[in-house]
Amino acid sequence: MQVTLRNPRRVLEVAGPVRVSALLDRLEIHRDTVLVIRNATLVPSDTLIEDADEIEIRPVISGGSS
Amino acid sequence: MKCRVCRQPAVIDLRRHNANFCAEHFVEHCREQVRRTIDHFKMVAPGDRVLVAVSGGKDSLALWDLLVELGYDADGLYLGLGIGDYSDESGRYARDFASQRGLHLVEVDLRDDIGFDVPTAAAVTKRVPCSACGLSKRHLFDRAAIDGGYDAVATGHNLDDEAAVLFGNTLRWNIDYLGRQLPVLPARAGLPRKVKPLVRLAEREMAAYCVVRGIDYQVEECPMAAGNRHLGYKEALNAIEATSPGAKSAFYFEFLDKASHLFANRAQTERDGLQACQSCGTPTPGEVCAFCRLVERTAGATPVELTVKAPPL
Repeated sequence: MQVTLRNPRRVLEVAGPVRVSALLDRLEIHRDTVLVIRNATLVPSDTLIEDADEIEIRPVISGGSS
Repeated sequence: MKCRVCRQPAVIDLRRHNANFCAEHFVEHCREQVRRTIDHFKMVAPGDRVLVAVSGGKDSLALWDLLVELGYDADGLYLGLGIGDYSDESGRYARDFASQRGLHLVEVDLRDDIGFDVPTAAAVTKRVPCSACGLSKRHLFDRAAIDGGYDAVATGHNLDDEAAVLFGNTLRWNIDYLGRQLPVLPARAGLPRKVKPLVRLAEREMAAYCVVRGIDYQVEECPMAAGNRHLGYKEALNAIEATSPGAKSAFYFEFLDKASHLFANRAQTERDGLQACQSCGTPTPGEVCAFCRLVERTAGATPVELTVKAPPL
Protein backbone atom coordinates (compact mmCIF):
# COMPACT_ATOMS: atom_id res chain seq x y z
CA MET A 1 0.00 0.00 0.00
CA GLN A 2 1.03 3.62 -0.43
CA VAL A 3 1.34 5.48 2.84
CA THR A 4 1.59 9.27 2.66
CA LEU A 5 3.16 11.11 5.58
CA ARG A 6 3.10 14.90 6.06
CA ASN A 7 5.39 17.59 7.44
CA PRO A 8 7.42 16.95 5.38
CA ARG A 9 5.38 15.15 2.76
CA ARG A 10 6.77 11.77 1.71
CA VAL A 11 5.34 8.49 0.44
CA LEU A 12 6.26 5.02 1.71
CA GLU A 13 5.45 1.57 0.33
CA VAL A 14 4.28 -0.76 3.09
CA ALA A 15 3.28 -4.39 2.66
CA GLY A 16 -0.26 -5.28 3.72
CA PRO A 17 -2.53 -6.41 5.11
CA VAL A 18 -1.80 -4.69 8.40
CA ARG A 19 -3.89 -3.15 11.16
CA VAL A 20 -3.70 0.62 11.65
CA SER A 21 -2.31 0.22 15.18
CA ALA A 22 0.44 -2.13 13.92
CA LEU A 23 1.30 0.22 11.07
CA LEU A 24 1.71 3.13 13.48
CA ASP A 25 3.82 0.98 15.82
CA ARG A 26 5.99 -0.08 12.89
CA LEU A 27 6.52 3.56 11.93
CA GLU A 28 7.03 4.51 15.60
CA ILE A 29 4.19 7.04 15.53
CA HIS A 30 2.14 7.68 18.67
CA ARG A 31 -1.51 7.19 17.72
CA ASP A 32 -2.74 10.26 19.63
CA THR A 33 -0.62 12.50 17.40
CA VAL A 34 -2.10 11.51 14.04
CA LEU A 35 -5.23 10.62 12.11
CA VAL A 36 -5.23 7.69 9.71
CA ILE A 37 -7.24 8.29 6.55
CA ARG A 38 -7.96 5.41 4.15
CA ASN A 39 -9.18 6.30 0.68
CA ALA A 40 -10.28 9.70 2.04
CA THR A 41 -12.18 8.22 5.01
CA LEU A 42 -11.13 8.34 8.65
CA VAL A 43 -10.47 4.89 10.17
CA PRO A 44 -9.93 3.71 13.77
CA SER A 45 -6.90 1.83 15.06
CA ASP A 46 -8.24 -1.74 14.65
CA THR A 47 -8.94 -1.32 10.92
CA LEU A 48 -7.25 -3.85 8.65
CA ILE A 49 -5.72 -2.07 5.68
CA GLU A 50 -4.97 -3.88 2.44
CA ASP A 51 -2.32 -3.55 -0.26
CA ALA A 52 -4.71 -1.73 -2.58
CA ASP A 53 -5.54 0.99 -0.04
CA GLU A 54 -4.19 4.51 -0.15
CA ILE A 55 -3.33 5.66 3.34
CA GLU A 56 -2.60 9.13 4.67
CA ILE A 57 -1.11 9.53 8.11
CA ARG A 58 -1.93 13.11 9.01
CA PRO A 59 -0.26 14.82 11.95
CA VAL A 60 -2.56 16.73 14.28
CA ILE A 61 -0.07 18.63 16.42
CA SER A 62 0.22 22.34 15.73
CA GLY A 63 2.46 24.82 17.44
CA GLY A 64 2.88 28.52 18.08
CA SER A 65 2.89 30.16 21.45
CA SER A 66 -0.19 32.29 21.25
CA MET B 1 -14.74 -1.08 16.53
CA LYS B 2 -18.34 -0.04 17.01
CA CYS B 3 -19.79 3.36 17.77
CA ARG B 4 -20.59 3.71 21.47
CA VAL B 5 -23.96 5.23 20.64
CA CYS B 6 -25.39 3.34 17.64
CA ARG B 7 -23.10 0.24 17.33
CA GLN B 8 -22.40 1.05 13.67
CA PRO B 9 -18.74 0.93 12.49
CA ALA B 10 -16.64 3.59 14.21
CA VAL B 11 -14.38 6.08 12.43
CA ILE B 12 -12.43 7.16 15.49
CA ASP B 13 -11.37 5.74 18.83
CA LEU B 14 -10.78 8.14 21.71
CA ARG B 15 -8.70 6.43 24.36
CA ARG B 16 -9.12 9.13 26.99
CA HIS B 17 -12.89 8.71 26.78
CA ASN B 18 -12.59 4.94 26.34
CA ALA B 19 -15.06 5.41 23.49
CA ASN B 20 -15.44 4.96 19.74
CA PHE B 21 -17.77 6.97 17.51
CA CYS B 22 -19.22 6.79 14.01
CA ALA B 23 -19.02 10.03 12.01
CA GLU B 24 -22.50 11.23 12.98
CA HIS B 25 -22.06 10.62 16.69
CA PHE B 26 -18.53 11.95 16.72
CA VAL B 27 -19.82 15.29 15.41
CA GLU B 28 -22.54 15.15 18.05
CA HIS B 29 -19.87 14.46 20.70
CA CYS B 30 -17.88 17.53 19.61
CA ARG B 31 -20.95 19.77 19.59
CA GLU B 32 -21.95 18.55 23.04
CA GLN B 33 -18.47 19.24 24.43
CA VAL B 34 -18.54 22.79 23.06
CA ARG B 35 -22.11 23.38 24.22
CA ARG B 36 -21.18 22.21 27.74
CA THR B 37 -18.06 24.38 27.80
CA ILE B 38 -19.89 27.51 26.69
CA ASP B 39 -22.68 26.95 29.22
CA HIS B 40 -20.44 25.96 32.14
CA PHE B 41 -18.07 28.89 31.78
CA LYS B 42 -20.81 31.33 30.65
CA MET B 43 -18.80 32.18 27.55
CA VAL B 44 -21.51 33.43 25.21
CA ALA B 45 -24.99 34.70 26.02
CA PRO B 46 -27.99 34.53 23.67
CA GLY B 47 -27.76 37.36 21.15
CA ASP B 48 -24.05 37.90 21.60
CA ARG B 49 -21.99 38.61 18.50
CA VAL B 50 -18.81 36.52 18.42
CA LEU B 51 -15.64 37.19 16.44
CA VAL B 52 -13.73 33.97 15.74
CA ALA B 53 -9.96 34.29 15.32
CA VAL B 54 -9.42 32.28 12.13
CA SER B 55 -5.99 31.09 10.99
CA GLY B 56 -6.95 28.61 8.26
CA GLY B 57 -5.91 25.72 10.50
CA LYS B 58 -8.06 22.92 11.88
CA ASP B 59 -8.89 24.39 15.27
CA SER B 60 -10.15 27.80 14.22
CA LEU B 61 -12.15 26.50 11.26
CA ALA B 62 -13.66 23.71 13.36
CA LEU B 63 -14.53 26.26 16.04
CA TRP B 64 -16.22 28.56 13.56
CA ASP B 65 -18.17 25.64 12.10
CA LEU B 66 -19.20 24.41 15.56
CA LEU B 67 -20.37 27.86 16.72
CA VAL B 68 -22.42 28.41 13.58
CA GLU B 69 -23.93 24.90 13.78
CA LEU B 70 -24.84 25.53 17.42
CA GLY B 71 -26.70 28.67 16.33
CA TYR B 72 -24.32 31.40 17.44
CA ASP B 73 -23.88 34.66 15.53
CA ALA B 74 -20.20 34.25 14.60
CA ASP B 75 -18.04 36.13 12.11
CA GLY B 76 -14.39 35.35 11.39
CA LEU B 77 -11.25 37.46 11.48
CA TYR B 78 -8.21 36.41 9.50
CA LEU B 79 -4.89 38.10 10.18
CA GLY B 80 -2.29 37.99 7.38
CA LEU B 81 1.05 37.47 9.11
CA GLY B 82 3.33 37.82 6.08
CA ILE B 83 4.97 34.40 6.51
CA GLY B 84 5.56 33.79 2.81
CA ASP B 85 3.78 30.90 1.06
CA TYR B 86 2.47 29.66 4.39
CA SER B 87 0.41 32.81 4.96
CA ASP B 88 -0.78 32.90 1.34
CA GLU B 89 -2.09 29.37 1.70
CA SER B 90 -3.64 29.84 5.14
CA GLY B 91 -5.57 32.87 3.85
CA ARG B 92 -6.98 30.79 1.02
CA TYR B 93 -8.29 28.15 3.41
CA ALA B 94 -9.96 30.80 5.56
CA ARG B 95 -11.54 32.58 2.58
CA ASP B 96 -12.72 29.34 0.97
CA PHE B 97 -14.32 28.18 4.22
CA ALA B 98 -16.19 31.48 4.63
CA SER B 99 -17.31 31.80 1.02
CA GLN B 100 -18.52 28.19 0.76
CA ARG B 101 -20.74 28.72 3.80
CA GLY B 102 -21.77 32.31 3.18
CA LEU B 103 -20.05 33.52 6.35
CA HIS B 104 -18.53 36.94 6.94
CA LEU B 105 -14.72 37.03 7.14
CA VAL B 106 -12.95 40.22 8.23
CA GLU B 107 -9.35 40.47 7.04
CA VAL B 108 -6.41 42.43 8.42
CA ASP B 109 -2.95 42.27 6.85
CA LEU B 110 0.01 43.01 9.09
CA ARG B 111 2.21 44.31 6.27
CA ASP B 112 -0.42 46.28 4.34
CA ASP B 113 -2.48 47.61 7.25
CA ILE B 114 0.07 47.94 10.06
CA GLY B 115 3.43 48.20 8.29
CA PHE B 116 5.38 45.10 9.31
CA ASP B 117 5.22 41.32 9.11
CA VAL B 118 6.20 38.54 11.50
CA PRO B 119 9.59 37.67 9.94
CA THR B 120 10.61 41.35 9.97
CA ALA B 121 9.39 41.85 13.54
CA ALA B 122 11.36 38.80 14.66
CA ALA B 123 14.52 40.11 13.01
CA VAL B 124 14.16 43.62 14.42
CA THR B 125 13.38 42.51 17.96
CA LYS B 126 15.80 39.53 17.86
CA ARG B 127 13.14 37.39 19.52
CA VAL B 128 11.45 34.19 18.38
CA PRO B 129 8.83 34.80 15.66
CA CYS B 130 6.05 33.35 17.84
CA SER B 131 6.54 36.27 20.23
CA ALA B 132 5.69 39.01 17.70
CA CYS B 133 3.04 36.77 16.14
CA GLY B 134 1.19 36.15 19.41
CA LEU B 135 1.43 39.79 20.47
CA SER B 136 0.08 40.99 17.12
CA LYS B 137 -2.77 38.48 17.11
CA ARG B 138 -3.90 39.36 20.64
CA HIS B 139 -3.79 43.09 19.99
CA LEU B 140 -5.43 43.10 16.57
CA PHE B 141 -8.14 40.58 17.47
CA ASP B 142 -9.02 42.70 20.50
CA ARG B 143 -9.04 45.87 18.45
CA ALA B 144 -11.17 44.38 15.68
CA ALA B 145 -13.68 43.06 18.21
CA ILE B 146 -14.00 46.44 19.95
CA ASP B 147 -14.19 48.36 16.67
CA GLY B 148 -16.71 45.91 15.21
CA GLY B 149 -18.97 45.90 18.26
CA TYR B 150 -18.48 42.20 19.00
CA ASP B 151 -19.23 40.86 22.48
CA ALA B 152 -16.49 38.24 22.52
CA VAL B 153 -13.40 37.01 20.72
CA ALA B 154 -13.35 33.21 20.40
CA THR B 155 -10.06 31.42 19.82
CA GLY B 156 -9.44 27.80 18.80
CA HIS B 157 -7.23 26.84 21.74
CA ASN B 158 -7.86 23.16 22.37
CA LEU B 159 -7.13 20.92 25.35
CA ASP B 160 -3.61 20.13 24.11
CA ASP B 161 -2.82 23.84 23.69
CA GLU B 162 -4.05 24.72 27.17
CA ALA B 163 -2.33 21.77 28.83
CA ALA B 164 0.95 22.65 27.09
CA VAL B 165 0.75 26.30 28.16
CA LEU B 166 -0.10 25.24 31.71
CA PHE B 167 2.83 22.81 31.68
CA GLY B 168 5.22 25.57 30.59
CA ASN B 169 3.88 28.09 33.08
CA THR B 170 4.09 25.53 35.90
CA LEU B 171 7.63 24.48 35.02
CA ARG B 172 8.69 28.08 35.51
CA TRP B 173 6.04 29.03 38.08
CA ASN B 174 4.97 31.98 35.97
CA ILE B 175 2.30 32.94 38.46
CA ASP B 176 1.19 36.04 36.57
CA TYR B 177 0.37 33.85 33.58
CA LEU B 178 -1.18 31.12 35.74
CA GLY B 179 -3.57 33.72 37.16
CA ARG B 180 -5.03 34.44 33.78
CA GLN B 181 -4.93 31.02 32.15
CA LEU B 182 -8.68 30.61 32.17
CA PRO B 183 -11.11 29.48 29.45
CA VAL B 184 -12.94 32.79 29.68
CA LEU B 185 -11.59 36.24 30.49
CA PRO B 186 -14.26 38.88 31.12
CA ALA B 187 -14.48 42.08 29.11
CA ARG B 188 -13.05 45.23 30.63
CA ALA B 189 -12.43 48.75 29.46
CA GLY B 190 -10.71 48.58 26.09
CA LEU B 191 -10.69 44.78 25.88
CA PRO B 192 -13.41 42.35 24.75
CA ARG B 193 -14.41 39.11 26.50
CA LYS B 194 -12.14 36.26 25.39
CA VAL B 195 -13.38 32.70 25.23
CA LYS B 196 -11.89 29.30 24.39
CA PRO B 197 -14.82 26.97 23.62
CA LEU B 198 -12.60 24.04 22.50
CA VAL B 199 -10.84 23.37 25.81
CA ARG B 200 -12.68 20.07 26.32
CA LEU B 201 -11.60 18.76 22.90
CA ALA B 202 -8.16 17.39 22.08
CA GLU B 203 -6.10 18.36 19.08
CA ARG B 204 -6.75 15.00 17.39
CA GLU B 205 -10.48 15.44 17.87
CA MET B 206 -10.40 18.80 16.12
CA ALA B 207 -8.50 17.40 13.14
CA ALA B 208 -10.92 14.47 12.97
CA TYR B 209 -13.88 16.85 13.17
CA CYS B 210 -12.58 18.70 10.10
CA VAL B 211 -12.09 15.47 8.13
CA VAL B 212 -15.55 14.18 9.02
CA ARG B 213 -17.20 17.53 8.27
CA GLY B 214 -15.29 17.94 4.99
CA ILE B 215 -13.49 21.08 6.14
CA ASP B 216 -10.29 21.73 4.17
CA TYR B 217 -7.66 23.21 6.40
CA GLN B 218 -3.94 23.93 6.37
CA VAL B 219 -2.25 20.75 7.57
CA GLU B 220 1.30 22.05 7.22
CA GLU B 221 2.87 23.53 10.31
CA CYS B 222 4.00 27.15 10.38
CA PRO B 223 7.64 27.11 9.17
CA MET B 224 8.56 29.62 11.84
CA ALA B 225 7.14 27.55 14.73
CA ALA B 226 9.34 24.50 14.12
CA GLY B 227 11.20 23.49 17.25
CA ASN B 228 9.52 26.02 19.49
CA ARG B 229 9.12 25.42 23.21
CA HIS B 230 5.36 24.97 23.00
CA LEU B 231 5.71 22.00 20.64
CA GLY B 232 8.25 20.45 23.02
CA TYR B 233 5.75 20.67 25.89
CA LYS B 234 3.13 18.96 23.73
CA GLU B 235 5.54 16.13 22.96
CA ALA B 236 6.29 15.70 26.65
CA LEU B 237 2.58 15.60 27.54
CA ASN B 238 1.84 13.17 24.71
CA ALA B 239 4.50 10.83 26.09
CA ILE B 240 2.69 10.90 29.44
CA GLU B 241 -0.71 10.51 27.77
CA ALA B 242 0.52 7.40 25.93
CA THR B 243 0.78 5.45 29.17
CA SER B 244 -1.88 7.36 31.08
CA PRO B 245 -4.86 8.27 28.86
CA GLY B 246 -6.70 11.25 30.30
CA ALA B 247 -3.64 12.72 32.03
CA LYS B 248 -3.74 15.94 29.98
CA SER B 249 -7.38 16.52 30.70
CA ALA B 250 -6.91 15.88 34.42
CA PHE B 251 -3.87 18.18 34.54
CA TYR B 252 -5.78 21.09 33.00
CA PHE B 253 -9.22 20.70 34.52
CA GLU B 254 -7.92 19.87 38.00
CA PHE B 255 -5.87 23.06 37.76
CA LEU B 256 -9.03 25.02 36.95
CA ASP B 257 -10.97 23.36 39.79
CA LYS B 258 -8.34 23.26 42.51
CA ALA B 259 -5.53 25.71 41.84
CA SER B 260 -6.42 28.55 39.46
CA HIS B 261 -8.16 30.54 42.23
CA LEU B 262 -4.86 30.64 44.15
CA PHE B 263 -3.46 32.94 41.48
CA ALA B 264 -6.58 35.06 40.92
CA ASN B 265 -5.60 37.89 43.29
CA ARG B 266 -2.29 38.28 41.54
CA ALA B 267 -4.06 38.54 38.19
CA GLN B 268 -6.55 41.06 39.63
CA THR B 269 -3.72 43.19 41.04
CA GLU B 270 -2.06 43.14 37.67
CA ARG B 271 -5.31 44.19 35.96
CA ASP B 272 -5.86 46.99 38.49
CA GLY B 273 -2.44 48.41 37.66
CA LEU B 274 -3.14 48.82 33.96
CA GLN B 275 -3.61 52.17 32.28
CA ALA B 276 -4.58 53.22 28.77
CA CYS B 277 -1.76 53.12 26.20
CA GLN B 278 -0.86 56.70 25.27
CA SER B 279 -0.84 55.73 21.62
CA CYS B 280 -3.81 53.39 21.09
CA GLY B 281 -5.73 53.31 24.40
CA THR B 282 -5.28 49.57 25.03
CA PRO B 283 -4.83 48.71 28.73
CA THR B 284 -1.11 48.30 29.47
CA PRO B 285 1.19 48.28 32.51
CA GLY B 286 3.46 50.93 30.94
CA GLU B 287 2.85 54.20 29.16
CA VAL B 288 2.86 52.63 25.68
CA CYS B 289 1.62 49.08 25.02
CA ALA B 290 3.90 46.34 23.71
CA PHE B 291 2.19 46.29 20.31
CA CYS B 292 2.64 50.03 19.73
CA ARG B 293 6.28 49.70 20.77
CA LEU B 294 6.65 46.90 18.22
CA VAL B 295 5.08 49.06 15.50
CA GLU B 296 7.48 51.85 16.40
CA ARG B 297 10.54 49.56 16.37
CA THR B 298 9.68 48.03 13.01
CA ALA B 299 8.83 51.33 11.30
CA GLY B 300 11.06 51.74 8.26
CA ALA B 301 12.71 48.34 8.70
CA THR B 302 13.60 46.56 5.48
CA PRO B 303 11.20 43.63 5.04
CA VAL B 304 12.91 40.33 5.76
CA GLU B 305 12.90 37.81 2.95
CA LEU B 306 11.63 34.56 4.41
CA THR B 307 14.30 31.90 3.87
CA VAL B 308 12.23 29.02 5.22
CA LYS B 309 9.66 27.83 2.70
CA ALA B 310 6.49 26.03 3.61
CA PRO B 311 6.79 22.32 2.78
CA PRO B 312 5.15 21.24 -0.50
CA LEU B 313 1.57 19.99 -0.42
